[in-house]
Amino acid sequence: MNAITQSKEERAEKLQGMGCKRKRVEDIRFVQGRGNYVDDLKLPGMLFGDFVRSPYGHARIKKIDAAKAKSLPGVLAVLTAADLKPLSLHYMPTLAGDVQAVLAEEKVLFQNQEVAFIIAEDRYVAADAVELVEVEYEELPVIVDPFKAMAPGAPVLREDIKDKTDGAHGKRKHYNHIFNWQIGDKAAADRAFDKAEVTIKELISYQRVHPCPLETCQCVASFDKIRGELTVWGTFQAPHVIRTVASLISKIPEHKIHVIAPDIGGGFGNKVGAYPGYICAIVASIVTGRPVKWVEDRIENLSTTSFARDYHMTTEIAATKDGKVTGLRVHVLADHGAFDACADPTKWPAGFFNIVTGSYDFPVAHVAVDGVYTNKAPGGVAYRCSFRVTEAAYCIERGMDILAQKLGMDPAELRIKNMVRREQFPYQSALGWEYDSGDYHAAMKKAMDAVGYRQLREEQKAKQQAFKRGETRDLMGIGVIFFTEIVGAGPSRNCDILGIAMFDSAEIRIHPTGAVIARMGTKSQGQGHETTYAQIIATELGLPADDITIEEGNTDTAPYGLGTYGSRSTPTAGAATAMAARKIKAKAQMIAADLLEVSEYDLEWEVDRFRVKGNPERFKTMKELAWAAYNRVPKGLEPGLEAVNYYDPPNMTFPFGAYICVVDVDVDTGVTKVRRFYALDDCGTRINPMIIEGQVHGGLTEAFGIAMGQEIRYDEYGNVTGPTLMDYFLPTAVETPKWETDWTVTPSPHHPIGAKGVGESPNVGGVPCFANAVNDAFKFLGSTHIAMPHDHWRTWTVAEKLGLHG
Amino acid sequence: MAKTQVTMTVNGAAAEGLVEPRTLLIHFLREQLNLTGPHIGCDTSHCGACTVDLDGKSVKSCTLFAVQAEGGDLLTIEGMAAPDGTLHALQEGFREMHGLQCGFCTPGMIMRGYRLLKETPEPSEDEIRFGISGNLCRCTGYQNIVKAIQYAAAKLSGASVKEAAE
Repeated sequence: MNAITQSKEERAEKLQGMGCKRKRVEDIRFVQGRGNYVDDLKLPGMLFGDFVRSPYGHARIKKIDAAKAKSLPGVLAVLTAADLKPLSLHYMPTLAGDVQAVLAEEKVLFQNQEVAFIIAEDRYVAADAVELVEVEYEELPVIVDPFKAMAPGAPVLREDIKDKTDGAHGKRKHYNHIFNWQIGDKAAADRAFDKAEVTIKELISYQRVHPCPLETCQCVASFDKIRGELTVWGTFQAPHVIRTVASLISKIPEHKIHVIAPDIGGGFGNKVGAYPGYICAIVASIVTGRPVKWVEDRIENLSTTSFARDYHMTTEIAATKDGKVTGLRVHVLADHGAFDACADPTKWPAGFFNIVTGSYDFPVAHVAVDGVYTNKAPGGVAYRCSFRVTEAAYCIERGMDILAQKLGMDPAELRIKNMVRREQFPYQSALGWEYDSGDYHAAMKKAMDAVGYRQLREEQKAKQQAFKRGETRDLMGIGVIFFTEIVGAGPSRNCDILGIAMFDSAEIRIHPTGAVIARMGTKSQGQGHETTYAQIIATELGLPADDITIEEGNTDTAPYGLGTYGSRSTPTAGAATAMAARKIKAKAQMIAADLLEVSEYDLEWEVDRFRVKGNPERFKTMKELAWAAYNRVPKGLEPGLEAVNYYDPPNMTFPFGAYICVVDVDVDTGVTKVRRFYALDDCGTRINPMIIEGQVHGGLTEAFGIAMGQEIRYDEYGNVTGPTLMDYFLPTAVETPKWETDWTVTPSPHHPIGAKGVGESPNVGGVPCFANAVNDAFKFLGSTHIAMPHDHWRTWTVAEKLGLHG
Repeated sequence: MAKTQVTMTVNGAAAEGLVEPRTLLIHFLREQLNLTGPHIGCDTSHCGACTVDLDGKSVKSCTLFAVQAEGGDLLTIEGMAAPDGTLHALQEGFREMHGLQCGFCTPGMIMRGYRLLKETPEPSEDEIRFGISGNLCRCTGYQNIVKAIQYAAAKLSGASVKEAAE
């Protein structure tokens, strides 16, 4: 029945392999409310933890009196730094080589910092007890402006390390300095600027924002005293790393720690790190012998666990008069908050910011980054981007627009003139990367043709004249960008986290009936891994995707991996999946040769079977071979059909894209309206076009939020202002523009299936595209650079400053 | 704290429990009735992940006390599929049109879509966008959620869902 009556194409279609718009497996449970998120977990005897937090940005703790809280019925204990100190758990190591206070010891360094941890019978009692803990503080001077952090006589923030002259990344220049990181040829870059015909220089700041997934960070810790084993369920983008960190911190052997990441309600970088809540829940479970749940509320989420950006980039570009770029210099002042808890690979304190040459052929470049401490929350995560890549893309794409303005050139023309050409790939960038593949000019042309770029510019010119004549109060802005991302960390020679190389993994087991279970070291937070990894296996092995179960997130069963962030799942675990499948296929081929009594070399693969060359009626399907693997294997071969692959990628992948946005700005109200947004993405081989489109829609919407409204603000006293969804801008369906998506396909030459990753591209490209559009609207009136976020108030203010309100 | 008896109809069946006067409806549903489909995303009525249907209205169950639902008729995501397991047109639409990713907003979004289509059986795109603007999604950018609701509207009115899918 499997036979020959079905064409090759029909059989291929039934597999639902790579390239098809397979409906998502995950959705069946999610649309019925049967997801399994951390807060859904209920264990017998489970307790609840809640934090007492600092009301001050910087203060000395004089006294903590928890007596009233402890006497409240239902409260089991109140933990403070004094309880954690004997266990050496009052500080925890960060991914960036610093330490972070789990519970504040002598000082608090940012508002809402964790001061005490209540353990109670239910969440209401825990919240009541928080109110009863009395803490006496002595306020200290606050630093919220990173530019003032290293001033002479500035307040000492980190007393615990104030005399340390060496940080995790070399010498510290000041007690509030964290690191100085440099890359590129400074002398050569300086020479390019000395000789330059045209230069621009601009301070381009990327405001502090927060990833704000709809589900906050949370965990349940359960310590079994008899077995000496700890189980932690949590919102972990990198469960294996959390297990290793938990073992190193708690000294519980790693095989006695079980970390489980169930369904996760969005991550966007927020759920990569380890937070005080996890440590306190674990300690609380060890102390009480009962499971302890800790769930952040939204204010806690926005004001304590992981901010993103806060990068202040002084950007200089040198060029010839006719618009050929000759050099790039960037100095970044990076505000890391009170503890350096950036989630970057160990050797990269500024992430992959050195992708800042972007899509352009800069002959020389130099980057220097200084990280400083301030009285703000720690973090520095990659909010829907690879490490510091959205900062780099915003920097260069704003820079190119400013240069175009100075040269009087069209910004698209300037980009086309300087783009890396197709024949230059693999391309060595001035800041050390080898871009794997690209056809930038073709993508740019496709984008410009699709939107009718020339006509848009004509229309804009007419509108500007009408505006000057007083016939309209609307300005039209066209944002055009071309981004190059760097994702898929990473080759072990470059990238590690706490010394663990950033490979990833897949294990595939074929059962006798041809059904499959496969497990990966990554962890989906909405990306649809259960659907797409199965498509890779379906194509590689000729087994229907519907017969393949994908499982992630349980460190007991999944092979070790570094997790999902930085668009790394497809480049790393996706590659591992293909490689593991190929090991299985090689074994199946041996079994097929034996069954068909031919040499392996006389067999060829077709969709779902090995067939005898020249005699296609003689074949064995993969399903038949699965049975045979458990039934009669050739002499000398082990029974069974499974394989594991740990994939250490030879290079990162470099997705790219061309985005064009049209906005209309009402100068009297500051209201901006995105009339059109076109996004062309090239992520190499496309595994599931439906999911890719969904990722692009979502990433663009997050980019829209960042560019047009998001900001975690601090006032001069260190108060974080508005960390709720009342104030923090998450676009609703009404504000969100309609997205047009498009693509080209330039496979990665070094990836087994040529895929590059896509989840973060739209955020990386989207933010500068919106910003360029708003800036473009005001450009003809003499404005050079308007800082994000482009909310209505700020946009109105720009118009006011330009004297447009009469 | 003293507890009060509450009784209501949830997904067509009688439900009761002892709650504190301050117990939020969302906590009653999730922790006492074990209906974990409605989620908590913000605690401040902005995100809509906790949306359920109460007496013919969409309500945010994080902003109602359980005692306020006394005697009420509630529908949650768990009550949407038919007893034989057939998905409601909205549930089907969300899957067909890729209207969800992480799934956290989905139960609230579907419950809001349910009431929206009762109020406006043939909504325009703008009516859908306005109608769901009390529910936040961080993953999808809403475009496919709009399509999912259009799909359901078409299916419920007997029109060809294929058209909606295109």
